[in-house]
Amino acid sequence: MLRRRLNRLLNNDERRVDSRTIFVGHRSGSPNDAIIPAKFCDNRIVSSKYTVWNFLPKNLFEQFRRIANFYFLIIFLVQVIVDTPTSPVTSGLPLFFVITVTAIKQGYEDWLRHKADKEVNTYPVTVLEDGRRIRKESEKIKVGDVVEVEEDETFPCDLILLQSSREDATCFVTTASLDGESNHKSHYTVSDIERDLESLNATIECEQPQPDLYKFVGRMHIYKNDQEPVVRSLGPENLLLKGATLKNTQKIYGVAVYTGMETKMALNYQGKSQKRSAVEKSINAFLIVYLCILVSKALVCTTLKYVWQSKPGQDEPWYNQKTQREKDTNIYLKMFTDFLSFMVLFNFIIPVSMYVTVEMQKFLGSFFIAWDKDFYDPEIKEGALVNTSDLNEELGQVEYVFTDKTGTLTQNNMEFIECCIDGFQYKHRDGSAEMDGFCVPDGPVSKPQQKAGREKEELFLRALCLCHTVQVKESTDQNDDQIDGLVADGEVSLQDQRGFIASSPDEVALVKGAMRYGFTFLGLESKNMKIRNSNNDIEMYELLHVLNFDPVRRRMSVIVRAKSGETLLFCKGADSSIFPRVRQEEVERTRTHVERNATEGYRTLCVAFKYLSAEEYRQADEGLREARLALQEREEKLMAVYNQLETGMSLIGATAVEDRLQEEAAETMEALQGAGMKIWVLTGDKMETAKSTCYACRLFQRNTELLELTVRTLEDGGKRREERLHDLLNEYHKKTVQDAPPFKGGVTRSWSCASQDYGFIIDGATLSMVLNSSSESSSHCYKNLFLQICQNCTAVLCCRMAPLQKAQIVKMVKNSKGSPITLSIGDGANDVSMILEAHVGIGIKGKEGRQAVRNSDYAIPKLKHLKKLLLAHGHLYYVRIAHLVQYFFYKNLCFILPQFLYQFFCGYSQQPLYDAAYLTMYNICFTSMPILAYSLFEQHVPMEVLLDNATLYREIAKNAMLRWGPFLYWTVLGVFHGLVFFFGVRYLFTNPALQDNGQVFGNWSYGTIVFTILVFTVTLTLALDTRHWTWINHFVIWGSLAFYVFFSFFWGGIIWPFLSQQRLYFVFANMLSSVSAWLVIILLILVSLLPEILLMLFRKRRGPNARQPSECDLLQTSRLQL
Amino acid sequence: MMASSYNAKEEDGPHSGTPGLGGAAVTKSKKPDNTAFKQQRLVAWQPILTAGTVLPAFFVIGIFFIPIGIALFVTSNNIKEFEIDYTGVDADSPCYSCAKDFSWNSTTSCTCSVDFKLEQPFESNVFMYYGLSNFYQNHRRYVKSRDDSQLYGDLSALTNPSKECEPYRTSNGLPIAPCGAIANSLFNDTLELYYVDSNGTRKEIPLVKKGIAWWTDKHVKFRNPGGNDNLTVSFEGNSKPVNWRKAVYELDPTDSENNGFINEDFIVWMRTAALPTFRKLYRIIQKKSSNTATLPSGNYVLEITYNYPVLSFDGRKRMILSTISWMGGKNPFLGIAYLTVGSICFFLGVVLLIIHHKYDTRNTSADIPS
Repeated sequence: MLRRRLNRLLNNDERRVDSRTIFVGHRSGSPNDAIIPAKFCDNRIVSSKYTVWNFLPKNLFEQFRRIANFYFLIIFLVQVIVDTPTSPVTSGLPLFFVITVTAIKQGYEDWLRHKADKEVNTYPVTVLEDGRRIRKESEKIKVGDVVEVEEDETFPCDLILLQSSREDATCFVTTASLDGESNHKSHYTVSDIERDLESLNATIECEQPQPDLYKFVGRMHIYKNDQEPVVRSLGPENLLLKGATLKNTQKIYGVAVYTGMETKMALNYQGKSQKRSAVEKSINAFLIVYLCILVSKALVCTTLKYVWQSKPGQDEPWYNQKTQREKDTNIYLKMFTDFLSFMVLFNFIIPVSMYVTVEMQKFLGSFFIAWDKDFYDPEIKEGALVNTSDLNEELGQVEYVFTDKTGTLTQNNMEFIECCIDGFQYKHRDGSAEMDGFCVPDGPVSKPQQKAGREKEELFLRALCLCHTVQVKESTDQNDDQIDGLVADGEVSLQDQRGFIASSPDEVALVKGAMRYGFTFLGLESKNMKIRNSNNDIEMYELLHVLNFDPVRRRMSVIVRAKSGETLLFCKGADSSIFPRVRQEEVERTRTHVERNATEGYRTLCVAFKYLSAEEYRQADEGLREARLALQEREEKLMAVYNQLETGMSLIGATAVEDRLQEEAAETMEALQGAGMKIWVLTGDKMETAKSTCYACRLFQRNTELLELTVRTLEDGGKRREERLHDLLNEYHKKTVQDAPPFKGGVTRSWSCASQDYGFIIDGATLSMVLNSSSESSSHCYKNLFLQICQNCTAVLCCRMAPLQKAQIVKMVKNSKGSPITLSIGDGANDVSMILEAHVGIGIKGKEGRQAVRNSDYAIPKLKHLKKLLLAHGHLYYVRIAHLVQYFFYKNLCFILPQFLYQFFCGYSQQPLYDAAYLTMYNICFTSMPILAYSLFEQHVPMEVLLDNATLYREIAKNAMLRWGPFLYWTVLGVFHGLVFFFGVRYLFTNPALQDNGQVFGNWSYGTIVFTILVFTVTLTLALDTRHWTWINHFVIWGSLAFYVFFSFFWGGIIWPFLSQQRLYFVFANMLSSVSAWLVIILLILVSLLPEILLMLFRKRRGPNARQPSECDLLQTSRLQL
Repeated sequence: MMASSYNAKEEDGPHSGTPGLGGAAVTKSKKPDNTAFKQQRLVAWQPILTAGTVLPAFFVIGIFFIPIGIALFVTSNNIKEFEIDYTGVDADSPCYSCAKDFSWNSTTSCTCSVDFKLEQPFESNVFMYYGLSNFYQNHRRYVKSRDDSQLYGDLSALTNPSKECEPYRTSNGLPIAPCGAIANSLFNDTLELYYVDSNGTRKEIPLVKKGIAWWTDKHVKFRNPGGNDNLTVSFEGNSKPVNWRKAVYELDPTDSENNGFINEDFIVWMRTAALPTFRKLYRIIQKKSSNTATLPSGNYVLEITYNYPVLSFDGRKRMILSTISWMGGKNPFLGIAYLTVGSICFFLGVVLLIIHHKYDTRNTSADIPS
């Protein structure tokens, strides 16, 4: 009740301030309004977690939230408080060590974050204050400050563009690090602003910060000397986002609207939450099982103790009186402390050292990634980078791969490949091109040695040169990476190094392609487009209209008037939108080319043109002007005019542009799919582009049936969008899920038996409809349908995604049934959110800044490295850590089980079987090194084999080695070993006279014999499992056994002054002097190892479908190769 | 852990200035070393357990274990052991009255004698053990109730025994030496063995009380405070354990090398047994000459000074006579276990061999060379 009221209050509060008012330059708008200094957050970016003051409590709190740490803390406290069989030091010291190391590590990480924050926050910026330019630190920018930004600087906060140094009141911006689009975008100043910002008196009213990068709604009130304030609307085109970079504009002034953590960039970054690997979850599950075992053991012992004591003379025989304090203790309290004592006695079953070892293994193991020379990229002179080692094994468990397109799959480097004019193919061949730029066509379709007419060729090239919105970069002296210095065909002197800027990289590629063939676009001068033709003559065309590109029409046109006075319309666009609008007889010849190019992964565009008569042009001109002035339904009206204009054209040809894929992108994707991973491409890019990339990467094959769910398909049906969405989802679901052939067995993944491959395409807008559907129930249902469809598709393409949407998708898949392990790979800041969201985030050290790398868990130089990272490293890490975990539980079970059994023979008195030194050292020294070495060096299958056989990856899929089956196996093994150790020695001790001089052995000898068998058996069990014996394994395995023997001699050889009891004095040496002890040790070790040896043979014997033989065959072949 | 990463990150060098969005970082070349270790290409032995390798192992184990098992079994069977319970639970047993009328305060000790007959002569050295049952020497409260530094002759521990000795730490205000429950409950029955020859005369059999404790215990771990002489002076400030009849320096007044803390009976008792039913070496009967048996067959009398009450906790007392072999006392377990395991291995070897030859001819050629 109270909460509801509180909520309502808060909601009211929020509603009240759903917009914010900003006083530009902190000057009050109208003279009679005083500034109410609204409180906005400052421009500080805080990514750090701790401060000096809260570090200790917060960090300790977080560490003890881990179930294991908390458990050890409890055990430690019990040992301190209650009289227990073992000293508190045995558990306190390791715990302290673990906590300290972790705290130091986390503190160091946070210090680095502080440092990075500080670097960002103290970056100098220029702020206009009272007409003066003041240098400030970035963090001191307040909302309302007028900030000056120069070329190639990034914006320090979200700004409303007030003034630009460019004459057309625009500025260019690249948002590569925000959404991955590296092209230049124009932003506009607010119109009607005086040149003198000093006298500008305005307020801005805008919405509260929200993470959508493409949305912004605001109003600007401009007050001019007591006149009625002028109101201008503000949209995303006026807003410069923090993180974007100013390009091609000398400087701009803008007023800060969102600062610091309220900027859209910051809102798009989720906090870097601590990622936990699935292995850790398994460990926790096993831990709980063992906790239950532990508690039940303690309960059993406590109960039996009191049952046993109830018999007269047992509890307190004359030879073993209780102390006065014990007698005084309340019986129930006594029971409780007995219970706790048993807990402490058996607590070694969950050793703190396991966590230390796991951490060490992860930490040391991750070096192998950084050391791998295959990950070294000579271009950037860097290898792989490991930001967190907690997730090594997760690399072997990936089921879903989410990849960015731009910069990850592709190099974002468009190149003109070929064109087809009038049905004849022209392929550019480097170096050997003739003056006219055309080489002999060699396509299978066109007849050799044939060319289209010269006139057609020139028309085509003119069209390429004219039909675009490219701008020529003004500064030609500057030679930065935007200018691809293209030297055309030997005419160095004539061709300037020319840089082009366009909103789409394809256009640049086309213009450059035309340039290669001799037609150079020189620029736009007061509505006149200048081109230089192949005869080096300058041609001028008056640009009359640009019919802009939009994703629904999927084409753009220009209307130009040539010198000769004739008016032409050039149109270029996707084949599907051009072909219906040209004369049909021309289509067929071109269509084959276009389709072939498309399946090869090129981005194809068709070019068409038509002559406009004076009358036609007049009508068009009128229509366009009218539509543009319309206040209502402007878009629709424009569209109508466009559609009317772009008809009856004649097709000239088609182009093919390649977005160059990363090296081995297709091979990598194929290998990953072979390994059973589902690949989703999440991109902010246009659908066509992304689709062609998918084809090029062989994610979509030629026979893949594409299921599209985009704005376009939704609008096709003519129904309401929601209905259409519903229909489509159901239809696709039917197709992919219901009609799919049933799988043979649940374990095999779908791709192997799916007869028809499906590819799924969805765009951002539709996705948000699916995810945030109006009604709660349908949204849930849509989500499910969507997920099921996607799970049955070989590849999924999501285009037009905002960064947060990418994360949303990842999150959705992550939380879907079976909680599959997801991996995100990307290179730009727009990928950061999904990198953070996925189980494993991988950054590519690409061109788009290092934000992704910094937020990733692993960073690799190239996409192709992903294959080895997952298939070889990931696989091995997983096998290693899984074995490590199972082995640890096993070895502590058979360590503690004899101690538990011993309670039945010592009156349930919590008497430890082993000496305290053995109890402490067992996990630290005697058995820790071999498993650590194993978990670092084991290669049950050589790396080359893993790389060559992607299917091997599936054998460990779904956490195969850490499921209950293997866990049960190890537990049974541990129990068996424990029983063998204890009862073997127990029967030996029916007559404790084991020496040939008739002397007898006591309880510590008993424990030592059991312990010796234990150490040897446990180590040899590991040795049996080791498939890859390097000298380190040999050294560590035999070394730790030798160390055990040496230590036992040493420990028993001296009267230690600091020990209150010399329990083990010469016990070990005496044990070795007994032949019986030797014999029993050998016997019991062998008996313990026998089942495993047999099992190994048996496993091998199951024929070709068993896993082992295939592996061993592989091994053998690989060894033969060596 | 992230140290590796951050090392790497720092090497990224200063960021070139774009705030927050890390511009092109200046990197120095850090090409990974091409060493076998770093590339995980260390030379490695890659053993695979195949029938080819395991089969011989099984046979070898069988071949070794079965003879060992036979030897053990035979040895164990050849060991002569005689055991007699003298607790006196039944009314007709000789020590019944001693057991029943036991009182801590009695000044006179109760004696009883048990007659028994050895059917077979004991040829070699005979070891005399006393055995206790249902006596929890391995109880935690009991095991820790001792002060090893006191027993090591530490003078400060003599005057101020360890807290672990409670409630047997002090008595009448004086520190107890030796303190603790173990020492306090020292087994103090005296056993004497007489041979009754055919004409009914008893002949005492000499029992050697040296060499029953571990050498290291006797000579290093246990020491009298201030040397072995003048024990009375050394233990002047101490009280005897509450259940003892005599002080520690009176354990063996005849032999200063066996008195006080280094009394071997005491040392043997102080080595706590592993299980609640245990035996401890009491005396050794040494073989006198090669042609007569150490204990010839015939009638014997065991004379017991009955000081040690066990009925209160339902315990039992036994006297055991046993010969010893290289494997220690009589214990058939090892022999049987070795025989069983050896046979199982051998059997498995045979079964595997059959399977191997029958079903796996295809793999054999590939497996065996490895």
